[in-house]
Amino acid sequence: MNIIEIVFYVFALIIIVSAMGVVFSHKLMYSAFSLLFTFFGVAGIYVLLNADFLAVVQIMIYVGGILVLIIFGIMLTTKVTDVESISGSTGKLIYLSSAIVSAILFLVLVYMFNTSNWNVYTTPYRETTLDMLGNALLTKYVLTFFMAAILLLVAFIGAAFIAKKGK
Amino acid sequence: MESNFILELLGNNIWAYLITAAIPLVFVVVYALVAILGELKIASWVQDRLGPMRTGPWGIIQPVAEVVKLLQKEDITPRNANKPLFNTAPFVVFTGSFAAFAVIPYSSKFIPADINLGVFYIFAVSSFTVIAILMGGWASNNKYSVLGAVRSASQMISYEIPTSLSIIAIAALSNTLSVSGIINSQSGWFWNWNLLGGQGSAIKYLFIPFLLVLFIVYFVGSLAEANRTPFDIPEGESEIVGGYHTEYSSMKFAMFYFAEYANMYVVSAMITIMFLGGWNSPFGDFMNSPIWQAFWFIAKAMSFVFVQLWLRWTLPRVRVDQLMHICWKVMLPAAFVSLIGISLLGVIK
Repeated sequence: MNIIEIVFYVFALIIIVSAMGVVFSHKLMYSAFSLLFTFFGVAGIYVLLNADFLAVVQIMIYVGGILVLIIFGIMLTTKVTDVESISGSTGKLIYLSSAIVSAILFLVLVYMFNTSNWNVYTTPYRETTLDMLGNALLTKYVLTFFMAAILLLVAFIGAAFIAKKGK
Repeated sequence: MESNFILELLGNNIWAYLITAAIPLVFVVVYALVAILGELKIASWVQDRLGPMRTGPWGIIQPVAEVVKLLQKEDITPRNANKPLFNTAPFVVFTGSFAAFAVIPYSSKFIPADINLGVFYIFAVSSFTVIAILMGGWASNNKYSVLGAVRSASQMISYEIPTSLSIIAIAALSNTLSVSGIINSQSGWFWNWNLLGGQGSAIKYLFIPFLLVLFIVYFVGSLAEANRTPFDIPEGESEIVGGYHTEYSSMKFAMFYFAEYANMYVVSAMITIMFLGGWNSPFGDFMNSPIWQAFWFIAKAMSFVFVQLWLRWTLPRVRVDQLMHICWKVMLPAAFVSLIGISLLGVIK
């Protein structure tokens, strides 16, 4: 095993353990904070795959934005100082059926992984993906880029409007 | 790896990387001691008193004594606190602050990791601090801590936006996000610094007002992000005791404390990198060897740490509504206008 593989397995372990923490913990706050380590692990995998920009964006958007939003959501919907905010109890039937669905999904993924004919394409090592991403976004995918921008703007205005309505 | 002399000396092996990672850690610890002494001394000079005078000559060993005191204190975890999260938060907060040191340069021969996204990376890892503050404040199970944490998180998220706009403007001016790239684009005499328009013809001087606005926006925004006065409402003693670290004691408190001081240096280093020419000597090639570069970089950054300490003991605290007003109605429009102006300068150059 070389160092890259060791690092990969470390991050994979972080992702799997923390993702299980997100799913299985009863306390909502534990789930939210487990998600922090999941996002961190995914960012580590991105770095390992030479996707530097994606890794930084992963941390910035998911940890800095979405996770904070989730935590605020939990804090504002339950009693703020309440340590014991617990997710709804899962019945045995739901537990069993979701376990079966997950197991089937897992088997399908393993089957696909083993049977597909993977095309391994070796690209030259690049110092950064930033320039290529920027060029692609502002030339080939400029329409999608601007559509996303307009969508965000609409969401912004809508949020401001909803927030103002209460007054 | 011409930007890391340790890799040149020891070759590309794991020991070289460990030493590369250890140097910033040693730097943080030594710097924090200096900054604590600075805080004590500057506070007392501003208030016209002597400050600590008994430990060593003029009290210069006082920070060491403070750290020893913190180490000896009892490590208290409140009975009703959420223990796992309460104990994790100090580590996450320090990780977030220390991670930024990976890309902060010391001189052109020593940048721990000279990655292409340097400035953007510093900005991204600061979000770990927000999460850790929320974690610690919530796990303390104390309404003052929760209020402090929520205040702190909302403040940090709001002020990220104007500061990120000034980072984008500097990226547009220097055509890069890498720390060494931005600094190299400001080499030469001090009039090549980004605060004075970067390298280029005389037309750049017309754009100095925009750069000054961006500089002020970045500085004010970074004060708010580091929770320093006048934006230290998350720790407002008169309203919410100690804010998110009310319940922390001993070494766990020390980690929050160290993280705050580390953040102050990160912010000052960012200002140095983006506006003040980084490690470049103000006088062209005069005094510009790698050792002198380390001196210039640390001197520039420390002078901003000094300004932050000075402000803390001079200005009163702003109110929460004033805080949001400054961010969204003053700094954000100013940053947008300056961004357009700087983009124009980037096109002309």
